[in-house]
Amino acid sequence: MKRKKETISSLVARRRFLRKIGGAATCAGAVAAAGTLGVAQKVAAKSESTSGGGSFPTKDYDWTRHQWAFGVDATKCIGCLRCVEACKRENDVPGDAHHFRTWVERYVYLEGDRRARVDSQHDPVNIAASGSEREFRFANRYQGAKVEKAFFVPKLCNQCTHPACVQACPTGATFKTVDGVVLIDHQYCIGCQYCVQACPYGARFFRPQERVTDKCTWCYHRITKGLQPACVEVCPVGARVFGDRNDPQSPISLFIRNNRVQVLRPESGNAPNVFYVGIDKEVS
Amino acid sequence: MDYLVELAPYTGYVYPNETVIPWTVLIVVYPYLTGLVAGAFTVSSLFHAFGMQRFQPAARLALLTALCFMIFVPMPLLLHLGHPERAFNTVITPHWTSAIAVFGYVAGFYVILLILEIWFMYRPYMVQQAQQQRGLAGKLWHVLCLGSCDLSGKALRYDEKWIFALAVVGIPAAHGLHGYVGFLFGSLKSREWWSSDLMPVVFLFSAVISGVALLIVLYVLSCKVRKVAVDLQCLKGLAYVLWGFAMFTLVLEGLEFANIVYKGREGIEMILEYVTGPLLIPFFILQFSIGAVVPIALLSYLIWRGTTGTALIVGVTVSALLVLFQVWMMRWNVVIGGQEIAKTGKGLLSYQLVLLHREGLLTAVSVTVAPLLLLWATVRLFPPWTQDSIPSPSPPASAG
Repeated sequence: MKRKKETISSLVARRRFLRKIGGAATCAGAVAAAGTLGVAQKVAAKSESTSGGGSFPTKDYDWTRHQWAFGVDATKCIGCLRCVEACKRENDVPGDAHHFRTWVERYVYLEGDRRARVDSQHDPVNIAASGSEREFRFANRYQGAKVEKAFFVPKLCNQCTHPACVQACPTGATFKTVDGVVLIDHQYCIGCQYCVQACPYGARFFRPQERVTDKCTWCYHRITKGLQPACVEVCPVGARVFGDRNDPQSPISLFIRNNRVQVLRPESGNAPNVFYVGIDKEVS
Repeated sequence: MDYLVELAPYTGYVYPNETVIPWTVLIVVYPYLTGLVAGAFTVSSLFHAFGMQRFQPAARLALLTALCFMIFVPMPLLLHLGHPERAFNTVITPHWTSAIAVFGYVAGFYVILLILEIWFMYRPYMVQQAQQQRGLAGKLWHVLCLGSCDLSGKALRYDEKWIFALAVVGIPAAHGLHGYVGFLFGSLKSREWWSSDLMPVVFLFSAVISGVALLIVLYVLSCKVRKVAVDLQCLKGLAYVLWGFAMFTLVLEGLEFANIVYKGREGIEMILEYVTGPLLIPFFILQFSIGAVVPIALLSYLIWRGTTGTALIVGVTVSALLVLFQVWMMRWNVVIGGQEIAKTGKGLLSYQLVLLHREGLLTAVSVTVAPLLLLWATVRLFPPWTQDSIPSPSPPASAG
């Protein structure tokens, strides 16, 4: 099944290609005129201009009028993992326990524990409980033990304001859009995985078949059409909140205004745009 | 599935996407080869730029070694890339905030510099060959001379000027290339094991010792194969360079590790669990003890006792082999080690090295050995030990 995202990617690729042709023509003249350094700067500028467009990528969508953000209310999450499965289907994420655009972590303090016991749906015990690497369940592994405190934390790409992945990408294949989402041009990615290394949140992975990197886009193909990301859509308890920060009455604006929110690893300087409520000191 | 070989068993909690190790043994080979290039070039520059006469017997071999290894430096990267056919994207549309974006330019510049320096160095030899050989071979040599067949004193002095200039420019180029590799790791804030300001410096110093060590081994080996006496002055000079830089490297690596431990930032418990567990043998025993302390002790003994003759040759060669091993282990412990410590700070992974795979051991060994085969062919075409028989540029008088 072809992903809708691919349509977007091909649009981006076409646009880039046309720019490159223009850029190449400009460069040819510039070589004679301005010398190699000037050319390099010109070409470099071309590679970064993707986020300067107007209506992109959906018709009538103006990315300068939105500022998307995501909220997670960990106190509501029940660890059902519908979000993970919906994301896998929606975004054609490899159907195994090693590639995820979003995942849910379980933090459990048993009686007397000083540190949390953490696992996620990819843990072999949980995979054994679900019986498949395509369906996900949290195994009832603490049955019989006295649990003092336990909670779930959904994780996804933080679409950082200062993304380390964009900084590390050598070609500009991964870039920050004007409306606040970090995207990857799969037609331009060389698959070096430097961005995978650079992301402190483990949000990125390498698509083994296409041999390019991938990550959560907040379902960019959906949100630019006025829809919610798939994970938000399927969450039965409203633990995931999404919206436009430019709209003061949007769910995310209300979420941030009405709660004391925090972000993951603020010390990294990445300035994440996923805001959390109800997480504990050990969550990072 | 092909990628399943890259899956890593783990303990504790690791992010789900971390269970596939991104950078494999080929990314260990890459800085190893780059380091050998930088180190070999250092030796050639000691003679060509700094006028240290004792290094003359190994100077040409050093330069050829640097070129042969440099040609293969991009190979592990290309084999690793998901889309090697798009590799030039980094050059045609470089994203300047990325450390990798400069690689194509620096590497390209450096290869051209090496070829130019070697061309100037071998120009008199090529002219001689063009004059002596007949037929197709003679014509080919003539083509290689690029029409520059003047062997007058003035022309040779002109060659020398260029060689000196290129050797000088080559020092920052070669070391910049390798410092950049260190920066590639050290600048990443996502991994505590890598994120160190000392990383580029540690990489640079270890590069120098690996290149010098390689040259010692190659020089001694070439003398044995050619059945000529090893120039002990040259060998001892190389041993001094190796000795000094090896001590610096050991201190820097120790300081870097001490920094991580002393700062004790988030995740330090996992790092300590790692270095005292899975990394105990590769890090403390193989890299620090056998790879660093033993050759330094051996070289110290040889130099203190004023050892000479066969004992010196054997001692220095063994030390050099140990240093080569040390630097390989250092690259391994940095590249693989960094990825075995999970970003969560709550778990450890275990990289699985397989033999037959696009990024397996066989590929890694092949890419490491290939430059040696190229060097073997190159020295047959451009003998680096014929400087006595042909007009040879002497080191600059001012520097000597």
